Order: sequence, then structure tokens, then C-alpha cells
Amino acid sequence: MEYKFKVPCSKNKLGEIREFLQRVLSENSIPEVTVNTLILAVDEVCANLIIHSHKCNPEEHLELKVKVDRSSEITFDIIDRGDGFNIGDYKEPLISDIVKQKRKGGIGLMLVRRIMDEIELIEGEKKNVYRLHKKI
Amino acid sequence: MVEIKNSLENDVFTIYVIGEVDASSSIHLDESISEATNKYKKIMVNCEQLEYISSAGLGVFMSYINDLEESGIKLVIYGLSDKVKHVFQILGLDQLLKITENEEEAKGIVNGV
Repeated sequence: MEYKFKVPCSKNKLGEIREFLQRVLSENSIPEVTVNTLILAVDEVCANLIIHSHKCNPEEHLELKVKVDRSSEITFDIIDRGDGFNIGDYKEPLISDIVKQKRKGGIGLMLVRRIMDEIELIEGEKKNVYRLHKKI
Repeated sequence: MVEIKNSLENDVFTIYVIGEVDASSSIHLDESISEATNKYKKIMVNCEQLEYISSAGLGVFMSYINDLEESGIKLVIYGLSDKVKHVFQILGLDQLLKITENEEEAKGIVNGV
């Protein structure tokens, strides 16, 4: 089964993205703690794209596709237009440095990496697909 | 959307975090903790009605860890649901912050019992 959702690049839409994911994942009898971490990972990628790649411009959009297959693998595609950001290239900071520097950001993508089994960036001519895989 | 409420009992200040803390709402949590740490030495954060937290919210708590130590402020988070507690555990933040099960234990810690 495949589910789709499209939203403007506004931070206020993150709640709607989470509601969409909640509906999709609760249809597939996945434990609540797992559902929450999957929602968290997608929320983090979307928040990063909305804030950094799209500068919160509501004229631009993100598309989400969620595919749940019978072998219990879930694929989340987050699709946008613009310069692709390769999460694989992202260098993880140390938690101790973040604490020392009193930084409020910088751990979102660390969470995504811990939660998901695989993260891919598929760059096309006109669009980027950030693909997150998780086996349940 | 997050709603923040406060209460003061003797010298213990409590911040109630209600709803969802994400990239759009974490600023409210930040303002609230900032204000509390400027005025009080004993702070409890009631998360019984916190339904969701993302890295933006975790980042707010992390950014105060040094200040709390330097200023001798006791801040204890309590009442996390299992799913929210798990988010703190993914990166081991539950080891860097003071987190207890309930209000009674939190009070014990801020009062140095």
C-alpha cells in the first residue's frame, strides 16, 4: 500500500505531516514507541528541508510517500525540488561538544541515522528523493 | 502546538509542557526555561501531557545543561510517557539530564532529599 501527502514548506505544517504519518502507521499495527520514532525521523528530515533548503517558503512544497510492503519493510520518500542535501555526507558532532557549546540544534540527523536502517538521496534533474528504509 | 503553564510552590517552580514540542514550537519551551533559570534554583518540568518531542525540544534541554551546573540550579524532568522517554534515550540524553518517574521523586531531587 502506498500513501501520499503534499505540504507547503512551512514549519507550522510539521504537525500535519505527523498526523498523516500517524494515520498511515496506525493502520499497519506497529507498536506505539516504534510509530513515534518513525514519525520523529521523518519529521526531522522534513524540518531540515523546510528550514535549511527552503527557508520556510510556503510557495515551495514537500511531497511524502509512504510505502508499506508485506514483508514489513516501510519506505518513506520525502521529495523536494532544489539543491539536494546528502545526509550521508553529514558529519556527526559529539554530544559533549553540543552541550559545551550550548547549541540548540545539530542532533536531528543523528536521530534519523539511529532510527532508520538505511538513508538514501536519489538526485534527479528536477527533484530529490530522500528515502528512508525501516524493517519492522 | 505546545502550551506551557507554570506554578510555584514554596521555592519550587514547575513548568508544565503540554502538547507537542517540534521545530515550530520549541521556542516557547526555550523562553520558559530561560525565564525560570533566571529566577529560580529549583525547577521541575512536568511532562505528563507532553505528547511529542523532536530534536528541537531535546536541543533546548541540552543547551541548559552547562548553565544549570554552573549556576547550581536543579532542574528535573518527570512524567515522560514511554514513547517520549525513548526519544531521550536514543542519543543517551536521559543520562545527561535529570529525569524521574513522578512528581514525588522530582521534588525529592530538587529539595536535595
